[in-house]
Amino acid sequence: MATVTIDKAAPTRKVKYGSMSRDRTWALRWSYFFLVIFAIFSLTPPIYMLITSLKSSAEISAATNPWWVFHPTLENYVGLLTSNQFLRFFWNSAIVSIFVVTITMLISVPAAFALARMRFWGSAVLATGVFLTYLIPETLLFIPLFKMFAVIGDWTGIQLINKWYVLLILYPTLTVPFCTWIMIGYFASIPKELDEAAIIDGASWIQTLTRIFIPVAFPGIIAATIFAFTVSWAQFLYPLVFTTSTDQLVMPVGIITTLIKGDVFNWGQIMTGALLGAAPPLIIYAFLMDYYIAGLTAGATKG
Amino acid sequence: MADVALQSNRAAQAARKRGSLHRMLKRKSTVAFLMTLPLILLIATLVIYPAFYALHLATLNKSMQRFVGLSNFEFLFRRETFWLVVKQSCIFAITAVIFKAVLGFIIAHFVHNIPAKGQRKWRGMLLVPWVIPPAMSTLAWLWLFDPSYSAFNYTLSFFGIGPIPWTGDAMWARFSVILVNIWVGAPFFMIMYLAALKSVPEQLYEAAAIDGANWWQRIWYVTLPMMRNIIAITTLFSLIVTFANFDIVRILTAGGPLDHTHIFATWAFRIGIEGSDIPLGASVSLFMVPILAVAAIFILRDVNKRGNES
Repeated sequence: MATVTIDKAAPTRKVKYGSMSRDRTWALRWSYFFLVIFAIFSLTPPIYMLITSLKSSAEISAATNPWWVFHPTLENYVGLLTSNQFLRFFWNSAIVSIFVVTITMLISVPAAFALARMRFWGSAVLATGVFLTYLIPETLLFIPLFKMFAVIGDWTGIQLINKWYVLLILYPTLTVPFCTWIMIGYFASIPKELDEAAIIDGASWIQTLTRIFIPVAFPGIIAATIFAFTVSWAQFLYPLVFTTSTDQLVMPVGIITTLIKGDVFNWGQIMTGALLGAAPPLIIYAFLMDYYIAGLTAGATKG
Repeated sequence: MADVALQSNRAAQAARKRGSLHRMLKRKSTVAFLMTLPLILLIATLVIYPAFYALHLATLNKSMQRFVGLSNFEFLFRRETFWLVVKQSCIFAITAVIFKAVLGFIIAHFVHNIPAKGQRKWRGMLLVPWVIPPAMSTLAWLWLFDPSYSAFNYTLSFFGIGPIPWTGDAMWARFSVILVNIWVGAPFFMIMYLAALKSVPEQLYEAAAIDGANWWQRIWYVTLPMMRNIIAITTLFSLIVTFANFDIVRILTAGGPLDHTHIFATWAFRIGIEGSDIPLGASVSLFMVPILAVAAIFILRDVNKRGNES
């Protein structure tokens, strides 16, 4: 529309208009050119994982062209998927992630509802506190937590260190603050009239939450669930510190501590393990990308 | 209100004791408190308590039986490795965050430039590094940087560039850990900036174009001021995460060669868990607090400002 007015007003601008359109074409070409470069940069490691995972140990040590598979084989996949140890890691990871997601949602959804809707003494301070907790990194807390659990073990005889279920206590410290924070944002965006109507109709606060808020804010719940799952699947520091026996390890730590034996790196199997470890988040991402991105941007844009 | 209607005939004497409206208010806050109780307990016992416990631990001797005041810190200040770790942490965090922010900004612009139809596909590909668990993708980088089978060195050898000691030489190892961190973190900036770019009203660019602004002026006078808040929050947030990074350095170099790539988190792990000197490890990790606190204060200010605006 703007171009039409320009043409009418001054015919001499026609040249200008032509050059602008040429500029646009060039800008588009440059955009694609750089996007291809960035995409190559982004995808090189995962693609290289895939290439290496299809090679036999003999081919890897023969040092042929590393970017090409000459004799594709599935022996690495067969080797890992029939190894009890590796299946154990996968199982531990899956159990831990599912439990952590459940615990996280059970804690953060009611808390977010109370903080977003039921104003009470200290609720504003608590909401800010939740956000601040989210900013405290796990690398600050792992040493005192390790000592704390050791002391609890000495006092009560409940051994938590070197048991996979200690992770169920630790991971919520990473997932709950963020999930509560984004759920507060989602709940706050629901019109006030909706819950007022529900209360007038005689619904209790719990009913208002389960019958109205959870269904309406369902996209937010999916985003928070995905976040909690991704964080608990990818967490590396806590399992490295708190679990050591091979039957208690989760995927990331298991792959790194058992497949790397001293100086002998079985790269074919390591890359296969890494790819299988990366698969669940990648599959979720492939199917639920929009929720994933909504959760990612919600942390800073909501609230 | 429903409670009032239902119970008014049944509990007349109860109503005399205290107003039923008062009781309902009390009930509402009780329910709210019970709903937040698990959250409060979790934060209090597993975040706030350990944070103060770390302060206490830092004042004990290695066997944790004797109070030694600040001598752990004095010991650290006298160690050359400690200052190396401070320097390396700052270089690592600042360089990585700057490059992530700049790269993210550039990529977001290119994605924003292309027709809306194709944006989803590109965005999907470019976000993959952020989705893969960092521990897993760092393994791929470790293999790409392998001293004898490095795929990068293989490729570079065709251009006559000699084998690069990616993780063997101090300077190259620093470069490598920063590169991997940029690779993991740049997509996060890209996605945040892309969301911000989409919220800049098109009329502003039209007005700028009519005033004869070139592309650089449009970025400098329109895009950047409109995105200032989101750039600040994203950068500060990333500064915290990068400063407290563990996975990448641990897997790629484990602090080597000769402690030249250690950052606070990996060095604290080395001393506190592997070296079983818990008090000294706690003291090391406490040095992350000042910078985290400063960044957190600024983030909180920006988040509150956004809250007030909307």
